[in-house]
Amino acid sequence: MPEHSEDTTNVLVPVGALGGGIRESDVAAGIAAGAHAIACDAGSTDSGPAYLATGVSKYGRDSVKADLAILMRAQAAAGIPLLIGSCGTSGCDGALDWTHAIALEIAREEKLSPRIALLYSEQTPDSLERAADENRIEPLAPMSGVDKAVFRDCRHIVALMGPEPYIAALEAGADIVLGGRTTDTAVIAAVPLMRGRDAGAAWHAGKISECGGQCTVNPREGGVMIRVGDNGFIVEPLASPNRCSVESVSAHMLYENSDPYLLHEPGGVLDVRSARYRALDDRRVQVSGSLFEPAPYTMKLEGASGDGFQTLMLIGIQDPKVLAELPRFLGQMQMLLEQRVHATMGERAGAFTISLRPYGWSGVSGVPLSATPPQEIGLLFVATAQTQEIATQIAKNCNPYFFHMPLDLDMELPSYAFPFSPAEIERGEVYSFRLNHRVRVDDPMERVRMELRMPEAAHG
Amino acid sequence: MAKLSDVCRHIRSKNAGPFWITIDLFFADAERFARYAHTPALASEAIARLYGVPSESVRKFVVPELAVVKFSYPRAVAQGGPDERDMHGGQQYVRLCHVEV
Repeated sequence: MPEHSEDTTNVLVPVGALGGGIRESDVAAGIAAGAHAIACDAGSTDSGPAYLATGVSKYGRDSVKADLAILMRAQAAAGIPLLIGSCGTSGCDGALDWTHAIALEIAREEKLSPRIALLYSEQTPDSLERAADENRIEPLAPMSGVDKAVFRDCRHIVALMGPEPYIAALEAGADIVLGGRTTDTAVIAAVPLMRGRDAGAAWHAGKISECGGQCTVNPREGGVMIRVGDNGFIVEPLASPNRCSVESVSAHMLYENSDPYLLHEPGGVLDVRSARYRALDDRRVQVSGSLFEPAPYTMKLEGASGDGFQTLMLIGIQDPKVLAELPRFLGQMQMLLEQRVHATMGERAGAFTISLRPYGWSGVSGVPLSATPPQEIGLLFVATAQTQEIATQIAKNCNPYFFHMPLDLDMELPSYAFPFSPAEIERGEVYSFRLNHRVRVDDPMERVRMELRMPEAAHG
Repeated sequence: MAKLSDVCRHIRSKNAGPFWITIDLFFADAERFARYAHTPALASEAIARLYGVPSESVRKFVVPELAVVKFSYPRAVAQGGPDERDMHGGQQYVRLCHVEV
C-alpha cells in the first residue's frame, strides 16, 4: 500500500480516553503529519457500573476540559473534523449533555464557533420492551434470557453506536461530533469508512488505536496516527521518541478482548486471522489482510441498576496468635457478626450481607496465595443492605464484636487497630451491570437521535 | 518443575467487558511457548478449576506468532457489583504465576 498521506485517510488518535491527559505538542505533530480527522473516545465500562447508573463522569471536569480545549483548538486551526465517542464515561444522554456544556464553555473562552453535532443513544424501557416482544433482543454469553423487568430496573440503558451516525453528522456539516455510547473502534473507523477506505483496514486500525499509545512501545508517550489505505493501514506514534513495533501493534488485539482474532461490531465482524504485520522502519508498522465480514446490524446494550447500599469499617491486626489461625478466626467472626445482626435487628435488617475482606491475606481474590501467616492484615467489613440507614445500623450493631473479637471466646477482649472515629464509613449506593444483550435494528440511525447545533450567535 | 512465571516474560489479566476476564501469557521465547502451550496444567479444565468456573466456559487461544496463550473466562457475577474485589480484574493473573508446568 502507498505510504504517503495523500493516498491514505489519516486519523489522529490523541489518547485512549478524553480526560486521560493530552499533550498539545503531540496533537500538533499529528496535524503537521497530515491528519484528516481527530478521533477518540471518552468512555468505557471498565471502571464499573456506577458511572452508567449515575450518569456521572469518571474523569474530573477540569481534566476533560483541558483535553477537549486542546482538541477544539486543533480542530479549528486545521479545519478537520473532531469526533468523540462515549462522552462522559457512560455515554448516556446526561453525560453527553455534560460534555457538550464543557465544549460550549471552551468555545466561548477561546472564541471558536464550531458546528457541533450531538448523537444520543440512550434507550427507553418502552422501546426495548417492544423490541423484546418482536424478538429483536438476544443475550450475549455468559448471560442467558431476556427479562423485560430489567429494562425498568436500570437507571440508564445505552445502545452502542457504530460509525454510521458519525458519518451522517459529518455529512450534515458538523465540525465536531460528540457521541453517546459508541464502540471504541467505530469512532476512529468512521472517517476512513466515510471516504470509502477498505472496511477491514478501517476497523482493524480503529481497534489497534482505540487505547491511544497502548499499541506503542512506550504507552505513556502520547497517542498515535493511523493511515488507512485501500488494502491496509499504517500505525505510528505521535511523539517522535516513541515507536511502534510489530509486537506492540499485533499484541494489542489481545488487550481487553476475550477473542484475539474476531471482534463483533454493530454491522459485522472484524476478522484478523489473516492479518500480516510488517515493520516499515523503527517506528511505523504496516498491517494488511484484515477482513470485515458484514452481518445483520445489531447494537450492544449496557444497563446498570441500583443494588443496595453499603457501610464499611476497617481494622488492622498484628496479633500473631490471630494471624496464625486466620481461617478459624474469620469463620468464627463471620458467624458471630451475622448472629449479632439477627439478634439486635431481627426482621428490620431485611436482606443483608456482611463481607469480610482480609487484605494482606485473601482480600483480593478470596483465596490466599500461600499458607504462611502474614505479619499484618487490614480487615475490611462491608455491610450491604436495602437502605443506607440499615447498612449503617448493621455496622454499628456489629461494632463491639468486630473491633474486639477474641480468637477464643474465653480470652480477654482484645482491641484491634481501628483508624477512624466514628468507626463506620457510609459508602452510599452500589450498582450492578444488568444487561449483556444486543438489539437488532433495521437502520443504524433507528435508535440514535442526532442534533446539529449552529454556533452560538454571540461569537458566531 | 518450573513455575509459569519462570517460563513467561509477562503475564497479565484484565476485564474484557463487564462479564469476562481475559488472561494473556507471554512466553519468554518460541521454544518455551512450544514446550508449554499445550501442557496439561494449561488445559482449559485446569484453568476452570483454578478460577472456579465451568470448564466449557473457558476459551483458550494459542497465538504462535506472539508466543502467547490466552484464556478468557466468564465472571461469576458481573463486574462492579456489591461483592466486587478486583474491578479491572487486573490481579487475577497472580494465582496462575505459581502454577507448575
